[in-house]
Amino acid sequence: MIEWSGAIVQGVLLGGLYALFAAGLSLIFGVMRLVNIAHGDLIILAAYLGLSTTVMLGVHPFVALLIVMPVMAGIGYVLQRGVLNRTLGPDILPPLLVTFGLSVIIQNALLETYTADPRKLSGGAIDTASLDLGGITVGVLPLVTFGIAVAVIAGLQFVFYRTALGRGFRAVSDNQDIAQLMGLNKAHVFGVAMALALAVVAIAGVLLGMRTSFDPAIGGGRLIFGFEAVIIGGLGNLWGTLAGGVILGVAQTIGAKIDPGFQILAGHIAFLVVLAVRPNGLFPRVAH
Amino acid sequence: MSDLLTLTSLDAHYGDFQALYGLDLSVSEGEVIAIIGANGAGKTTLMRSISGLLKNRAEAVHYRGQPIGAMRADQVAALGIALVPEGRQLFPSLSVEENLLIGGKTGRKGPWSLGAVYDLFPILQERRTQASTSLSGGQQQMVAIGRALMANPDLILFDEISLGLAPVIIRQIYEALPGIVGQGMTAMIVEQDITKALSVSSRVYCLQEGRVALEGRTDDVTHDQITAAYFGVEA
Repeated sequence: MIEWSGAIVQGVLLGGLYALFAAGLSLIFGVMRLVNIAHGDLIILAAYLGLSTTVMLGVHPFVALLIVMPVMAGIGYVLQRGVLNRTLGPDILPPLLVTFGLSVIIQNALLETYTADPRKLSGGAIDTASLDLGGITVGVLPLVTFGIAVAVIAGLQFVFYRTALGRGFRAVSDNQDIAQLMGLNKAHVFGVAMALALAVVAIAGVLLGMRTSFDPAIGGGRLIFGFEAVIIGGLGNLWGTLAGGVILGVAQTIGAKIDPGFQILAGHIAFLVVLAVRPNGLFPRVAH
Repeated sequence: MSDLLTLTSLDAHYGDFQALYGLDLSVSEGEVIAIIGANGAGKTTLMRSISGLLKNRAEAVHYRGQPIGAMRADQVAALGIALVPEGRQLFPSLSVEENLLIGGKTGRKGPWSLGAVYDLFPILQERRTQASTSLSGGQQQMVAIGRALMANPDLILFDEISLGLAPVIIRQIYEALPGIVGQGMTAMIVEQDITKALSVSSRVYCLQEGRVALEGRTDDVTHDQITAAYFGVEA
């Protein structure tokens, strides 16, 4: 019994990481209706930037975030204004194709720069530290990851619903023309949204790199987990995205408990079940 | 005469379709201009062209002597031109107060603030936390007007403000208009209801199939002239 509750707790904590994968994806889709196929590869790019920073400066990965986050945000802004804004329009195909191409470019650039060898970010003692919670052993890093995920989602929620910036995001998402009339330049608003999303990607990438080893090819898998968390939770609902991540994480750890080869499949099955029963996800934001 | 806004042979296109043909129009500071015309005459296109939602030759639209025809809408808004769009077009994800606040995004200084808008339309203060979609049509129009005022514009464009509203609401909104344009604001009013439009304006332009069919002082134009210009038939 305790083994099963252990698996569930591990799954919940793993869900925090998936929610971080998903939060940026959800934000980008919510503001500009852009499906970013390169999202997973951007997460891996952030992990490698974290690696370079820790190696060059000899700092802890958490300290490296102070550099990786602004760098990723800057990449996001330039990418959006320089490339992605040109693909947005009534047709949803161009942004899909362009971000798919971007995904291939990032993967190959990482392969050229860092080779295909699996790498890992070393966090020191926190990597192996654990707590005993009434018979269930919980890793400190997964716990911290989950805490960060909750904080990030609470932060995004605050920005979205309590600040002028978030008001601008919602207005542009509602009606681009009228928002422009109000003095909001949508090209800039989209750039800022992508910058914010990639700052979250930076956190996700560094935490991923501390948790497991990574190589340039694993971005696609992270994209799928992110997508699944967003869809399970319901589009446009950030707390729902956290719930989606948790459901996905728990399904995976329970699947792994039954049979280690069953982990990924169990997550996908949970996703398909939710999709079949509640096509709009569990907590879709009310449609208007 | 110093014109606030001058249109010089403005042509406007939607793709291959031309909606305005060589339109000339001028507005002086402090004037209230009525734009009338049948459906499809190009009134809304004219509003979209001035506000920057529809791009034109830069030289086709001058504002305070500056060519603005090719500017983006947010740049035009920053110069002090606000539009109350046809059909109100509030932001459904934003509350009443957030809709008003976003109107103040340009940060222009002037008499209009949240408090001033609530003084003009007290009902909006009661409803300020509600979703804008939960309001009645008339209240939504008040939000749309308040949102435009929040930008403290020098020139305000009203596109079909009475469309789809109950007569009593229309009367309320028109009663509020003098209080709005009395603050030294210049206004252009697009209206289907010709009598209403003429009652608040000093000059009138009648559009017909994308061209100016009649232009004159409201007091000077006759009913027959308007009928001829509006329908394109000699009365």
